[in-house]
Amino acid sequence: MKYETVVGLEVHAQLLTQSKIFCGCSTKFGQAPNHNTCPICTGFPGVLPVLNKKVVEFAIRAGLATHCEIARWSRLARKNYFYPDLPKGYQISQYELPICTNGYIDIAVNMVVKRIRLTRIHMEEDAGKNIHDLRSDASLVDLNRAGVPLLEIVSEPDIRSAEEAGNYLRTLRAMLQYLEICDGNMEEGSFRCDANVSVRPEGTTALGTKVELKNLNSFKAVEKGIEFEIRRQIEALSDGGRLIQETRLWDPDREETRSMRTKEFAHDYRYFPDPDLLPVAIDEEWIDEIRASLPELPGARKVRLISQYDIPSYHAELLTNRKDVADYFESTLITHRNPTAIANWITGDLFRLLKDRKLDEKLYITDWPVQPDNLAAMVALIDQGKISGKLAKTVFEAMADSGSSPQEIIAEKGLEQVSDPESIEKAIDQVLIAHRKQVADYQAGNQKIFGFLVGQIMKATQGKVNPQKANEILKRKLTEGNKISATSGRKLD
Amino acid sequence: MNLAALTLHEAGEKLRKREFSAQDLTEAVFRRISETEEKLHSYITLSRDAALKEAKQADERLKSDTNPRSLLGIPIAVKDNFLTRGIRTTCASKFLENFIPPYDCTTVKKLRASGAIITGKTNLDEFAMGSSAENSAFFATRNPWDTDRVPGGSSGGSAAALAADQCIVALGTDTGGSIRQPAAFCGVVGLKPTYGRVSRYGIIAFASSMDQVGPMTKDVRDCALMLEAIAGYDPADSTSANRPVPQYSASLTGDVKDLRIGIPKEYFVSGIQPDVEQAVRTAIRQLERNGVAIKEISLPHTDYAVAVYYIVATAEASSNLARYDGMRYGHRAYAKDLTETYMLSRAEGFGPEVKRRIMLGTYALSAGYYDAYYLKAQRVRTLIKKDFDEAFKSCDAIIVPTAPTTAFKIGEKTQDPLRMYLSDIYTISANLTGLPAISLPCGFDSEGLPIGMQIIGKHFDESTILAIAYAYEQSTDWHKRKPNF
Amino acid sequence: MLQNLMKLTREEVQRVAMLARLRLTPEDEKRLTEQLDNILQYVGKLNQLDTSGIEPFTHALDIANPMREDAITNEPNADALLANAPDQENHFFQVPKIIE
Repeated sequence: MKYETVVGLEVHAQLLTQSKIFCGCSTKFGQAPNHNTCPICTGFPGVLPVLNKKVVEFAIRAGLATHCEIARWSRLARKNYFYPDLPKGYQISQYELPICTNGYIDIAVNMVVKRIRLTRIHMEEDAGKNIHDLRSDASLVDLNRAGVPLLEIVSEPDIRSAEEAGNYLRTLRAMLQYLEICDGNMEEGSFRCDANVSVRPEGTTALGTKVELKNLNSFKAVEKGIEFEIRRQIEALSDGGRLIQETRLWDPDREETRSMRTKEFAHDYRYFPDPDLLPVAIDEEWIDEIRASLPELPGARKVRLISQYDIPSYHAELLTNRKDVADYFESTLITHRNPTAIANWITGDLFRLLKDRKLDEKLYITDWPVQPDNLAAMVALIDQGKISGKLAKTVFEAMADSGSSPQEIIAEKGLEQVSDPESIEKAIDQVLIAHRKQVADYQAGNQKIFGFLVGQIMKATQGKVNPQKANEILKRKLTEGNKISATSGRKLD
Repeated sequence: MNLAALTLHEAGEKLRKREFSAQDLTEAVFRRISETEEKLHSYITLSRDAALKEAKQADERLKSDTNPRSLLGIPIAVKDNFLTRGIRTTCASKFLENFIPPYDCTTVKKLRASGAIITGKTNLDEFAMGSSAENSAFFATRNPWDTDRVPGGSSGGSAAALAADQCIVALGTDTGGSIRQPAAFCGVVGLKPTYGRVSRYGIIAFASSMDQVGPMTKDVRDCALMLEAIAGYDPADSTSANRPVPQYSASLTGDVKDLRIGIPKEYFVSGIQPDVEQAVRTAIRQLERNGVAIKEISLPHTDYAVAVYYIVATAEASSNLARYDGMRYGHRAYAKDLTETYMLSRAEGFGPEVKRRIMLGTYALSAGYYDAYYLKAQRVRTLIKKDFDEAFKSCDAIIVPTAPTTAFKIGEKTQDPLRMYLSDIYTISANLTGLPAISLPCGFDSEGLPIGMQIIGKHFDESTILAIAYAYEQSTDWHKRKPNF
Repeated sequence: MLQNLMKLTREEVQRVAMLARLRLTPEDEKRLTEQLDNILQYVGKLNQLDTSGIEPFTHALDIANPMREDAITNEPNADALLANAPDQENHFFQVPKIIE
């Protein structure tokens, strides 16, 4: 029996606002415990919530970018349960009237566009943090994170594999980063994902027993967790067993999902509209304003780069994955228009450099080790034959270390490529004289010697000679069977 | 002259004329408190030292202020569900017995800024849940007119303190009648403003969609002056109305000619104490002599109001009281694990009425019951609102009794919760609909207990109900009567 | 609404007490079962009303939710907030061990 995988993903994205959703506390990460708190976000008696307008704006941005219907009236609701990181004993969220519904995200699966529908996007507040490992006899609670705004983004169960799930998450994350509403850092918890996984016999439409997976703390964990769970479910069903609807935790060390300790009491959240908050009204004008201010999204930008600059899709993908990289790329083109070559340098050497220097961990890089205009100038110099591609690598490293322009570096290090035929001829002649035996071997038929001779020429000229020209001249000299005089090194006619 | 017996407008005028100082006034009030408190138990916390300091500052301001506010130098009693920075705020609960708030509620902030002097925090039914102040975890307050009887609730402490001249004015909150009913039982004036008129920020929440802060005063003029001082938009309260505050005292002209008063027939059915009905009907006739036009109206869904209230208010309360979990403040019981800690802390911290209402509210919201109870009640609430919308098409105000009886004896209604709930029948609709309503004295029963009349107005039309109340008051001398205490 | 309202059972009372995190003694349970059943029977009178087509009450004020600008307006003061804490350690709220 063949089974089909059915996966829905629930993402919680922390929003990049200055202040929390219902109070004026800072959302800044990494502060001393309970530093970013006030009576409102710590659930003191008598306090009341006041909604942060930016949170609504960010929700609308996300909704527009994912083609959702934006609710003209939406309501905030209370989700009631007891936990030490939930100071009011309820979370203010949305239930019956969320701000966005019925959207979609398109992902590319094996060069085919697949549409993953979104059920809803809604606003809610984050809980604080419980810390268990500092003491054995007690837990500690830090409420800095309580009240930080979140968007909950729920997909329909349209995802059919672990790979698609990873794809969807990366696409969603890039989009949120482009919208500048979330920095998408799974490891730090600003982008979280739970997965709902079930299987069903291929060809059927009824949904199988759904299992919720939690503790998926990285993209890899999501993909592996889903893969494991699919295997587990299929195995269980194939053995004639039955699955129970449950929540399972991903164990990254043992690489398996485990059932959560059976809860003694099921959650009954008793949702009801929050009486401390009035219905949130959103008018056409505001939506239009936000729509007009949306940045070009990754998918659209990729398509445009391909068509406008004729670069390969693979590069376009890499360049548009992050907004700062896409911006960098396009700004190089102001200085010098060789998109393909520049794309290569960016996705190759620049990416490697960023990774080595751990600069890729930032949400939006502004202090690049190599400025875009310098990179472009360097490529221009290559194109003009002023420097060889090989030596350019040296120039690149030097630029990264010093911040100087390529022209400055070339001048400083005397790396200017030698292109005039006379100098090249001179250099080649010297090499040929020094390696008479090899020359004779080549002329006797050993083609491989050519490469060796080229190498020697490069060495003798510190790589500065224009390789194409050197090749040309060397070939000519060898095939014409020129004899080189022993003393003068001059060609004898 | 017994300074403590003065009204706000009398004391204010004399203070500004420098007939006596704020310190004199405050000391007189505290003398009165020490004379009477043992019998009355109106206060949970007294703030004498701080009050005298504030009085001294008020005197300085009185010297230099060219345009002193009406509350400058006036001693005011505050119900103990208003958060007061640095002053213990218990909400009459063991749970918060030692809680000292780190901030002031907006209303208290406003009053402090205008130079009012806080005498202390008055007793109430625990978490404002009750109609007699008997549900306080600490003690029951007595009615100054008859100390074997309740002062009403939940703002029983404020009402009793006011009636016994233990303060010049008082603050209460009203969720189901908790200002108006004790005002009626104690023979004073109590106003529940329109929902959203006064900020709820810093008031310990009971039922968020109904709670309102309001003044309790010795006469109607004082009430208007208090409302001017506390009403207004508060950006910290999303349910607060962004509307200008009229000068309410300016509407106290005594002229109520041609105002149309509706008398709902459903409010004068069986269950009402005969002399209460008689006193209210007599008062209505007096108002006719003042020039108003009376007509009978119908509020057909009156009978369902108590049921709606005890579903919706308890549902909201069950959620509002979840924060009292012993994790960050308040009482914590030491138990074997987290769940036990929650359960024991709350069981030990809350009294029986609070527990009862939390259970009721939790039930009404729980899976399988939400539609049948909470949602249904909210639909009926809309019907009740429609009744009033319809009624107000043809009248400017509605007059009803405040309570079906006068003050009952201590312990009389505590055995049967439902019986206690039913005594809220006349006050509850104003909370469900958010309409403003005032109670003022309109007579005494055969035992000499005060009877209250209630005037309900349109949204944000406190001016009209104050005007009617004033006109009636000035035609009588009920407000001049004091308990023989 | 539920037709022929069933009598409130003790099990239901226990379920609700757990949801509300209230420890009830057996006497409490018994008393509450009776009292709550009584009250629920009373509020059941709402059943007599036909509310089809009636919108549930949302708010006394007919206005939209006000929103605030995204600005940090709070002065951090962990000490003031922790002053009433039953237990604290190094500015953390200390609570009984949470087992996940």
